[in-house]
Amino acid sequence: MTRTRGPALLGRTVWLYAPLLLLMSFTLFPFWWMLATSLKPDRELYSLQASPLLVKTVTFDHYAALFTEMPFLIWVRNSLVVSFTATLVSLVIGALAGYSLARLRFRGATTLGTIIFVAYLVPTTVLFLPLAYVVHWLGLYNTPFALMVTYPTFLVPFCSWFLMGYFKTIPREIEECAMVDGCTRAGALWRIVVPLATPGILSAAIFAFTFSWNEFIYALTFLQAPAYKTIPVGVIGQVATGEVFFWGKLMAAAVLGSVPIALIYSAVSGQFAAGLTSGAVKA
Amino acid sequence: MGARAIADLAPSQASPRRLGRDAVLGYLWVTPALLLLGTLVAYPFLLALYWSLTSKTAGVAGTFVGLDNFIYLLGDRIFRKTLGNTAVFTVASVSVKLVIGMIAALVLDQAFRGRNLARGLFLLPWIVPTSLSALAWLWIYDDMFGVISRLGMDLGVLRTPIPFLADSLLAMLAIIVVNVWRGVSFFAISFLAGMQSIAGELYEAAAIDGAGAGRRFWHITLPGLRAVMAVATLFSVIWTFSDFTIVHVVTRGGPANSTHLLATLAYQTAIIGGKVGEGLAVSSFMFPFLLVIIFLQLHFLRRSED
Repeated sequence: MTRTRGPALLGRTVWLYAPLLLLMSFTLFPFWWMLATSLKPDRELYSLQASPLLVKTVTFDHYAALFTEMPFLIWVRNSLVVSFTATLVSLVIGALAGYSLARLRFRGATTLGTIIFVAYLVPTTVLFLPLAYVVHWLGLYNTPFALMVTYPTFLVPFCSWFLMGYFKTIPREIEECAMVDGCTRAGALWRIVVPLATPGILSAAIFAFTFSWNEFIYALTFLQAPAYKTIPVGVIGQVATGEVFFWGKLMAAAVLGSVPIALIYSAVSGQFAAGLTSGAVKA
Repeated sequence: MGARAIADLAPSQASPRRLGRDAVLGYLWVTPALLLLGTLVAYPFLLALYWSLTSKTAGVAGTFVGLDNFIYLLGDRIFRKTLGNTAVFTVASVSVKLVIGMIAALVLDQAFRGRNLARGLFLLPWIVPTSLSALAWLWIYDDMFGVISRLGMDLGVLRTPIPFLADSLLAMLAIIVVNVWRGVSFFAISFLAGMQSIAGELYEAAAIDGAGAGRRFWHITLPGLRAVMAVATLFSVIWTFSDFTIVHVVTRGGPANSTHLLATLAYQTAIIGGKVGEGLAVSSFMFPFLLVIIFLQLHFLRRSED
């Protein structure tokens, strides 16, 4: 596309600037509303005179209240522990499965790939009820392990599928040379393929972490104890307290619960959607 | 040693022995994934199918009742409403996301300063926790201090606040808007990725032949995105009709159980109401749809592999 001036500016306004402005306003407005609410003192928040969109006085009281009136730090810790563990476990299992499906020849490999893909398509909201019983039978109900064990049910299919695609892009010859030099298959995977696939593994890790951090229905159903709640369930639980003037605190919690994800994710934004549907969309 | 090295050098004509070695390792390395998916996906899935045919309640095993749960549900007013809601919610949300997603992709595909930033910001709704952003929407819809009602009244457009969540039609619209807001970037980014794989020469040739922007879109972009559109739509249909979080946070199925989707009604029936068999029957209504979509997805997957 060439840079143009004069009459072309009208075209650019109609086809680019105007729709862009509309899209961005719709996209970002709730975030601004979240942030503005979290920074306003209550008297401004619940005043019908003050403009709702602007922040006249900035206060951090709502943020402070998260740590004094809510067990927010405990929720953060739980979210971190569960997300890290589930991600790590899923990466290891997913990398092994993904590598096998990408490289090793064995009967039924295609069928296994299909099974893993189908497992990726089954929504958590279809499984949460029977899974609650399985979790109970395993003795994990109402423990943090309930989430560490069940999150891999959607993370492993994702990681296997994503990494399978990534492993296929690495030239076969490199690991074969290593194996000629006496390296075993496992050694070649660990010493040659994994270092070469680091960008892919890192992306898979970030996506997996994001899915775990955001997960809601399993965390809502499999845990009751306040000490084990993750951020989403902890924060949503506060809505039910019946308090009316709690929006400042809730929005402060929403901001703090969203910012870490936005930050780590900004590193890999381009690959995101491609990763979600990799293999299926890459036609 | 020499023979092995030669065999390794010619991997495309793998010797039977070589294939055997690969096979053992292959089975070994997919075993953890299969064990996990077997115990925590396939087993509960089958369990759900079986239990939906029993009178199971929380803590009680229940007896086999055949299709009684399903027959009862089909006669239930709230369930029939929920089934309709799920259809309306899915069709409306997915089609709006498809259209806005396409517009967004066409906009974000153009060259302008700050394009990468715009693309990144546009993805925010998709990546932040849905429960938390849905909470922000609940507050946007608030009938006392919610920003829509406040602005409408400040500007003199409204005389009284809009009770978004007290009216079943408005509440339905409200959750559709949240779902569109959250999911539209998935479409846009999928389309953007698809557009990069359409050969530039096609556009140049069309421009030389005097085809305008509209015709280029209709005859090059749209056909070029057909596979991406199909797959993205199927993914979105699965994620939309199985939505739970948005409804749970914004309307809780209200007012008067008028905005439930299958997943939220299943949760309310089984977890809050304790009627497990009935709740499972509610979510079992998702299976046939899911099977159709999985079948279609596999069809596209096979085609893309050929």
